[in-house]
Order: sequence, then structure tokens, then C-alpha cells
Amino acid sequence: MPTQETDHISYQRSFYVEGGNFNYAGTVSTSIKSILKQMDLPNDVVRKSALVSYESEINIVSYARKGVIKLSIYSDIIQIEAIDEGPGIPNIELAMQEGYSTATQQIREMGFGAGMGLYNIKSFSDKFDISSEVGKGTYLKMIINKFSSR
Amino acid sequence: MKLREVKEILNAEVIVGEDKLDMEVKTAFGADLMSDVLAFAKAGSILLTGLTNDQVIRTADILDIAAIVLVRGKKANTETISLAKDLKIPIMTTKYILFETAGRLYAKGMVGCVEKVDNANARN
Ligand SMILES: Nc1ncnc2c1ncn2[C@@H]1O[C@H](COP(=O)(O)OP(=O)(O)OP(=O)(O)O)[C@@H](O)[C@H]1O
Ligand SMILES: [Mg+2]
Repeated sequence: MPTQETDHISYQRSFYVEGGNFNYAGTVSTSIKSILKQMDLPNDVVRKSALVSYESEINIVSYARKGVIKLSIYSDIIQIEAIDEGPGIPNIELAMQEGYSTATQQIREMGFGAGMGLYNIKSFSDKFDISSEVGKGTYLKMIINKFSSR
Repeated sequence: MKLREVKEILNAEVIVGEDKLDMEVKTAFGADLMSDVLAFAKAGSILLTGLTNDQVIRTADILDIAAIVLVRGKKANTETISLAKDLKIPIMTTKYILFETAGRLYAKGMVGCVEKVDNANARN
């Protein structure tokens, strides 16, 4: 797989995500989806990219103070990074488990908080990296291959 | 079956997408947990749900869901309805509960978008 250092980047854009504001939760991913849709990519590639972006965006809104979702398109891959300033995740292995959630009642009322988000992100990404520092924030990197789909 | 038949079977009221009732739909998924919808729902399915907020519409958009059926007589607020209009996602509402909604559609030939979860995806 091409690495981001050597591969040609054809498109890059960052989107601001405000923590705690559910009015706009998902709007960034809707935009990312419509950008990708215009690029003549296979439908399932667009769908997977939008999905991992959406779960990350909802997590930033739900748990962090603020964050950025960065879309980078290379010749063979779509890279989506979700970078936030927030409480961080103390135990990543636990957070990745299906069903683990610290979601508040407000989040649950909107249909989130099943503890499935990070698990979904991992299973829909072709490559997934997560790192986090307690008290600082969380970094996710998702890569979706443009051509060979799951 | 056509979306129009879904409407008739469920005695549903169309809130958005009166012009899309000729769309063919074959599969459905029912849930009130958006992450389960994100994990399992397939493109082109209809979504049966009791949730009525903007996130349902956005989730449906992200997943290329064909249409949303609100169960238990739920109605969406005006902002949510206009979001669905913008994103061109049909919504209808039925008075049947989720179980009845699913059962009535299934009896007429609609199937789940996945039958059951495989082992690798088993949920606890
Ligand atoms: N960006 C983040 N900052 C801080 N904590 C996070 C972040 N993302 C996830 N977490 C923690 O990890 C847990 C699991 O996240 P995950 O997305 O898998 O599930 P969820 O958000 O609780 O529910 P779901 O995504 O199914 O709606 C969260 O409940 C939260 O405690
Ligand atoms: Mg989540």
C-alpha cells in the first residue's frame, strides 16, 4: 500500500467539529460524503469513508471539547483523521470493545452510546490507528482503499 | 416491493418523498440504536425506527438508506423534516409498533438486510 509520504495527494481539507453541540453533529461527514461522491469513486468506498468519519465525528461531539476531521485523498487511498482536544481515552483496549460506553443519557437519547462506534470504525477501515493521551485528546487515522474493497 | 406498497401495508402517512413512492425496496433493518444501524444496515434498505431526531436522517444519508419508516406513530419535528427533504430521504410514519411493522412487511415478502449476525460480528 502506498504511504502518505511518497504517494501523490490530490485533495485535502480540514473540517472543524465543536464538542458538545449536537445540532451540527454529522454535518461534517455529510459534507465529506458529498465531496467523495463527486469524485467518481465506488459507492461502497464512499459509504465506508462516510461511515468512519461519522462515527468519529459523533465521538468528538459526544466526548471532546473540539476537534478537526481531516480528509486527504491520495491516488490509491482515502485517509480520514479525527483529531480532538478533550479528556482522551484512558484504556483504549477497553474502549475498542463492543458494548463499552461511557455515553451520557443525552447521547443515548439520540440513539448513540451502544459502545459500537470504535469497533465499527475499525471494521469498516482498511487500516486503522488510534492513540490518545489522557487530559489532552485523541487521534484516529482511518484509511480506506479506493479500489480493492472489503 | 415498491415504497407505495410499504405505505399501504403499514397504513402509513408519507411525511417526505411523496414523489418517490415508485422506488423498489427489498430489504429492511429495524433498530433504535444508531451504531447498530451503522454496523448492519445495507445500502438501499429501509430503516424502521422509533427515533426521530436529525441523527436518524444523517445516519440514513451516510448509509444510503432508501427510506425511513417511523414506528409507533412518531412524527419528526419541522427541522428534521426539512433536513430529510434536503438530503432527499423519504420518511413515512405508521401507528404500528416496531414488531408489527416488521411482521407485516415480512409477511408480504420484505426480508432483513442481514438475516443474523455472523460469529465474527456476534453481539453480546
Ligand atoms: N474522542 C474521544 N474522546 C474521549 N473518549 C472517547 C472518544 N471516543 C470514544 N471515547 C470513549 O470510548 C467509549 C467507546 O466509544 P465508541 O464510539 O466505541 O462507543 P460509544 O460512543 O460509547 O457508543 P456508539 O459509538 O455505539 O454510539 C466512549 O463511550 C468513550 O468513553
Ligand atoms: Mg461512538
